[in-house]
Amino acid sequence: MRRMTSFNVVSLTVGFAFLYIPMLILVIYSFNASKLVTVWGGFSTKWYGELLQNEAFLDAAWVTIKVGLISSTIATILGTMAAFVLVRSGRFFGRTLFSGMIYAPLVMPEVITGLSLLLLFISIGLPRGVMTIVLAHATFSMCYVSVVVSSRMASFDRSLEEAAYDLGCTGWDAFKSVTLPIIAPAVISGWLLAFTLSLDDLVIASFTAGPSSTTLPIKIFSSVRLGVSPEINALSTIIIAIVTVGVITASITSKRAIVKQQREEQMATP
Amino acid sequence: MRRLLISIPYLWLLILFLVPFGIVLKIALSDVALSIPPYTPQLDLSEGWTGFRAFWAELDLENFWFLTEDDLYWKAYLSSLKIALIATFLTLLVGFPIAYGMANAPDHWRPTLMLLIILPFWTSFLIRVYAWIGILSNEGFLNQFLIWTGIIAEPAKILNTDIAVYIGIVYTYLPFMVLPIYATLEKLDGTLLEAAEDLGCTRIQAFWSVTAPLSKPGIIAGCFLVFIPALGEFVIPSLLGGSDTLMIGKVLWEEFFSNRDWPVASAVAVILLLILVVPIILFQRNEQKQREAEQ
Repeated sequence: MRRMTSFNVVSLTVGFAFLYIPMLILVIYSFNASKLVTVWGGFSTKWYGELLQNEAFLDAAWVTIKVGLISSTIATILGTMAAFVLVRSGRFFGRTLFSGMIYAPLVMPEVITGLSLLLLFISIGLPRGVMTIVLAHATFSMCYVSVVVSSRMASFDRSLEEAAYDLGCTGWDAFKSVTLPIIAPAVISGWLLAFTLSLDDLVIASFTAGPSSTTLPIKIFSSVRLGVSPEINALSTIIIAIVTVGVITASITSKRAIVKQQREEQMATP
Repeated sequence: MRRLLISIPYLWLLILFLVPFGIVLKIALSDVALSIPPYTPQLDLSEGWTGFRAFWAELDLENFWFLTEDDLYWKAYLSSLKIALIATFLTLLVGFPIAYGMANAPDHWRPTLMLLIILPFWTSFLIRVYAWIGILSNEGFLNQFLIWTGIIAEPAKILNTDIAVYIGIVYTYLPFMVLPIYATLEKLDGTLLEAAEDLGCTRIQAFWSVTAPLSKPGIIAGCFLVFIPALGEFVIPSLLGGSDTLMIGKVLWEEFFSNRDWPVASAVAVILLLILVVPIILFQRNEQKQREAEQ
């Protein structure tokens, strides 16, 4: 018995207004001609032009994308391996420690993760730069990837894999042609999650970055500390637009993939 | 093959997660010094066993005593706990009605509502906090609106106060509260509510005696998911809070970057972690109970 009451309608409307109005204001005022961020001075796209000429922002954006692509790829490979270990490997020496190390970074305050990694890099004498940020990001995102992938693997029908073995597949063949296609949606969403976490991270990157490897969040943070600026509004709008398009596309394609997979599974069962 | 599969992620996590903690603990027990890196003693492996013993003898709990003596740290821990608790409660107040509305919405709306809740989570955290600076400042939109409606005559100072920090936490962590509550409400058996109403309950009574107790696991999970990260939060208090907003994440950051006192920063980290152990264990118990209940 589910009925929408007027209370439900009001709370949904107010709730979503609370979530979206701040971002809407940000987007609208990125097209403001005035330098004053809270006074409307007519429509203009000049802040986007200025943003695209700002070398410091472009450099930082490039570093961020590079770090995001490399670290999320490493995180996806390691996280998928860790998911296999968690779901398939049964008991082995140090299993409790292993699963503890997978779940702990999810609840660890970022300041502690950042501090501890920085102290590690300094004590082994690794110079700070893109490499150290990649290592840091890959480490905490692999835990998120392994949680996403292992929840998909828990509902995995192992008889499909056994069938592949019976039909003469080797271990790698069976993985490539049966296991991977089935867990692929989870692996892809794990990669996307890792990539987003990396693009988003300020605290851990601030600890592990060197002077020549400023990422976009570090750059945004240092300029936001000085106050609101229309250039940052323009940058935020670009990021919001990319994320919105990305999330909607991903949700549509994954819905299609699920429907397709269900149809194939139905056809496979007599 | 199996051994290789286990050892690669295992070694990675050991080296980049566990070992760094050992180092934090070691530096928390060291003394601050004017050198690079700025602490002593340094472990000198070339001297062998005697070097190790000398190193061990120099470690002490001095930094932890320092934390108990200077009341800045006490106040920062207590005020972080207070801010995180109040913010979690406020997030529950805002989040529960949203989750409840989503659970009662018609089936074909739900995927869209779900997407609308998740979308902000994928958008940059920093940008979502930044959006509030323009709203809460003295000439900001909220003050303009309140003056326009005649509620206040003078702009109120909201940015750089604890209130702004509460708003920031509620806003950024709202999806973490809504999603687990929605997950329990969605599974709720509607016939229980019908039974309650047949037995003479009003809708409000039925809500308090059926819906509220059955959604408890989701509420508990949501509260921990907000409370745990809010306790060590750095970005929100440093952008929205004032200079008198004390939160332990901010104190750690300043000890490290501004005062360059690595041993004290490490000691602060160790204690923050010890404080977090209790809610994390409670959270995992709650999750486990829920899983067992489902089976």
